[in-house]
Amino acid sequence: MELFQYPYMQRALIGALVIGLAAPALGIYLVQRRLTLIGDGIGHVALTGVGAGLLLNRSPVLVAVIVATVGAIAIEVVRARGRTSGDLALALLFYGGIAGGVLLVGLSDATSANLNAYLFGSLLSTSMADLITVGVLGAAILITMIVLRPALFAISHDEEYARVSGLPVRTLNLLIAVTTAVTVTIAMRAVGVLLISALMVVPVATAQQVTRGFRSTMTAAMALGFFAAGSGVWVAATADTPPGASVVLLAIASFLVVAVAGAVWRAVRRRTAPAPVPAPEPHEVVLH
Amino acid sequence: MSTPVITVEHGAVGYDGRPVLRDVSLTVTAGEVVAVLGANGSGKSTLIRAILGLVPLSAGSITLFDRPLRQFRQWQRIGYVPQRLGAGGGVPATVREVVASGRLARRGILRPPGAADRAAVDAALRAVGLADRAADPVSTLSGGQQQRTLIARALSGRPELLILDEPTAGVDAASQEAFAGALRDFVADGGTVLLVAHELGPLRPVISRAVVVHQGGVCHDGPVPDPAGHHAEPDHDHVHPHGPDEPAGLWSN
Repeated sequence: MELFQYPYMQRALIGALVIGLAAPALGIYLVQRRLTLIGDGIGHVALTGVGAGLLLNRSPVLVAVIVATVGAIAIEVVRARGRTSGDLALALLFYGGIAGGVLLVGLSDATSANLNAYLFGSLLSTSMADLITVGVLGAAILITMIVLRPALFAISHDEEYARVSGLPVRTLNLLIAVTTAVTVTIAMRAVGVLLISALMVVPVATAQQVTRGFRSTMTAAMALGFFAAGSGVWVAATADTPPGASVVLLAIASFLVVAVAGAVWRAVRRRTAPAPVPAPEPHEVVLH
Repeated sequence: MSTPVITVEHGAVGYDGRPVLRDVSLTVTAGEVVAVLGANGSGKSTLIRAILGLVPLSAGSITLFDRPLRQFRQWQRIGYVPQRLGAGGGVPATVREVVASGRLARRGILRPPGAADRAAVDAALRAVGLADRAADPVSTLSGGQQQRTLIARALSGRPELLILDEPTAGVDAASQEAFAGALRDFVADGGTVLLVAHELGPLRPVISRAVVVHQGGVCHDGPVPDPAGHHAEPDHDHVHPHGPDEPAGLWSN
């Protein structure tokens, strides 16, 4: 525990905890819209921003925010236009993003250790300025996702209905895209661009196995994200592993624990109640 | 007394150049309950999607509450009930959460829900007989109960006009009755209804006028026609696997 007496460790921990809360609060909307991989794609695009920042000697995080936001808006425009050509367009954007990033980092003076820190997170790299950026943007993401929950829930759940309700669907979609880009980039220091998507999605997947409503899923996912980020940073510090990897592995471990526990619980309940009461109406519906 | 609520004049809609509606004119006035009938693929769902602005018109015009559709902004006056509830990515949502979405048109996106919103959601849940299921995930409900959830969502916004897309398709008898009751109450309070249906079932006594769409045009506008031929048999299951090629046998006299 004495490791956390060092200011750089405290900064890394606080940064990770903010992201652990904010990432699932946004991720739940992405999961509901079947866009779970979008964070990963935007992470690829953000890497080009990191490369450009390193090459131009500007703040890589700042340049990455700009590049990722532009990329996220492009993805949203492609998504809103139609789906058939969108799939390929997304692939081009993702691979172009990571190739551009690796190329630009290669052209700069940065070492491969530098690149690794952006890809998978690093405990040593969070400066005070970084922490303030993470804190302010993280709080902004959290507040936006919670205040706009009814509207974002409505468009994630049924976009056509939201449109007929007169909601600004296009603006809200762009807001989600931009927020995703910002989340990916502020998480870069702690978790890394390649693993942040997991922190948006896995806590939601874990929570929804046991919850009954949207709001409770969001709350539980945020708690799980907070726990995974905190304990992941602790494991990374103790075992000297990249923090991104330990945070994500802990999140996936919680998923497995809950999945197994849920299966066992259902099996036990079935055995203790041998004569199940038939449901009043059959589940005849096919959900699309 | 007979203020027009919906006016469609010479409306035409095409998907990818293929015409679905050719030349449709329709007026619904306040207090009416109009059923749009027709075989699968006749364009009846497209007609209401065009009225809601979800599909663009290629010709003609639509007016809602005396406003051209393009300028219409008072969406809280309309309650829309789609054919079915999408499951999306599988994040659970309770019946109450889904129904509460119906308040957004009235409340706006920034204001948090207040006592009036909660009361309206409660009333809508009672109207469709789902008050005891409010805290259950919608995915555990039967198809008919999910359909009632969507109707409650539309009712919770206290609309003046309800637009429903096949509200009774594949719905069990108990839910059809609950739905017909909710619709009767809505009409008794002065509401206007436009619904698309393949069959009317228990809704039949509530309908004041029927519009039959056939091959992209209106071929009947007046009293509800009687079912004819094999459609009149009580055990007819209304399955039309060949969809668009179905002749208009049901409605052509």
